[in-house]
Amino acid sequence: MATVAAVIASTHHPFYYRASTSTGSDRPPFADAWVEKIEAFRETLTRAEPDVLVMVGSDHFHQLWLDNMPQFLVGKAPFYDANFYNEEREFGLPRMFLPGHEDLSAYLLRQGLDAGFDLAFSNELRIDHSITCPLITLRPQADLPIVPIYTNIFAPPLPQPGRFVELGRTIRRLVESWPSDQRVAIIGTGHLSLELGGPRQFGPHGPDPEFDRKAVEWIASGDLDSALAEVSLESLWRPGNATHGFMDFMLMMGAAGDNAKADYADSLDLFHTMEAYFTWYPKPDPPSKARAS
Amino acid sequence: MSKYLLNKFLYTVDRDPELVERYRADPRGTVDWWESERANVILNCPTPEQSTWLKFTDAERDALASHDYVTLFELGAHNFLVLTLFIALFERDYAEPLGFQLEFARRLSHWSLPYPDIST
Repeated sequence: MATVAAVIASTHHPFYYRASTSTGSDRPPFADAWVEKIEAFRETLTRAEPDVLVMVGSDHFHQLWLDNMPQFLVGKAPFYDANFYNEEREFGLPRMFLPGHEDLSAYLLRQGLDAGFDLAFSNELRIDHSITCPLITLRPQADLPIVPIYTNIFAPPLPQPGRFVELGRTIRRLVESWPSDQRVAIIGTGHLSLELGGPRQFGPHGPDPEFDRKAVEWIASGDLDSALAEVSLESLWRPGNATHGFMDFMLMMGAAGDNAKADYADSLDLFHTMEAYFTWYPKPDPPSKARAS
Repeated sequence: MSKYLLNKFLYTVDRDPELVERYRADPRGTVDWWESERANVILNCPTPEQSTWLKFTDAERDALASHDYVTLFELGAHNFLVLTLFIALFERDYAEPLGFQLEFARRLSHWSLPYPDIST
């Protein structure tokens, strides 16, 4: 059976690419510290020696639209083009081209349907920054095949938070039952408190530092009980009007496991958001390390 | 009330560089053209199979035609779509980084929770 080499959850900040590649007077004062954090975070994936990446994100009204909106969707394609004109325009993100892993996509779709998730699928999916940002931070060479999974955190009515957690648990279980010798990293990105298009946007910190502090603690300690007790579709409006992206973190907590303490946890207080980075190793020793010992 | 159609306008303009510039230069003309020619196009269907019933209310049409993002917020247009398109339209007019985004926030500062409902 396949091995879950790592479970990784983080925020996805679309300005990282531009901040990290800018030079001279264009380079923001926080760029060097941010790059240092990201490079340490990247190492947590590299040392897991993955073969395949399951990538959980959320389309930001790029390809998926309100005339036909899936709640949970799995990409099943041999390749994925990535990033859109308006992401180049606003964030300076590059166009990318990513290999897919159709066998694992097909397995997750079939088994997911049979496990009670009526997953939508796409055979021609263009990927947006919710998945390219973590590739840029964690695997910039973008050389590994991916299985993209999109969640709806954007267009109400949304699935309940508990459903995200359950999908995360299901993805973990299915990857572990996949008849393959591949090492799979499950990576997902969301947000802590976030306001977009509202009066609290783009402040000196995230719109709700207290929510961020609690959320980081829940994630780092795998405290799903507290997260589920305090978070609802209604409550998530309070920390900021785009905070429903926190449900992708809850999905990843489900994938990491109840009360699973993160093996790596870091955060960075930036203007406008708290950035946060977490890695769990279900099987601590990657093959090369196991061979060496 | 046609929040869906407001969002469809914002979405289809935001993804088209020529339409972004046209909407910046001639907002009322672009809105009138879009409502008569594009509002009923189902994005994944051939043109003959278009809808027949979608139109703006007067308040919605006026808000779009006057680039009035405060009213769009109050009408329940999707916050992400409004922000993204209006950054494309007006960020260039501000010298400071995030100048437009902070002005956008300031003009909404009389709002507290709950915000207008964005569900469609």
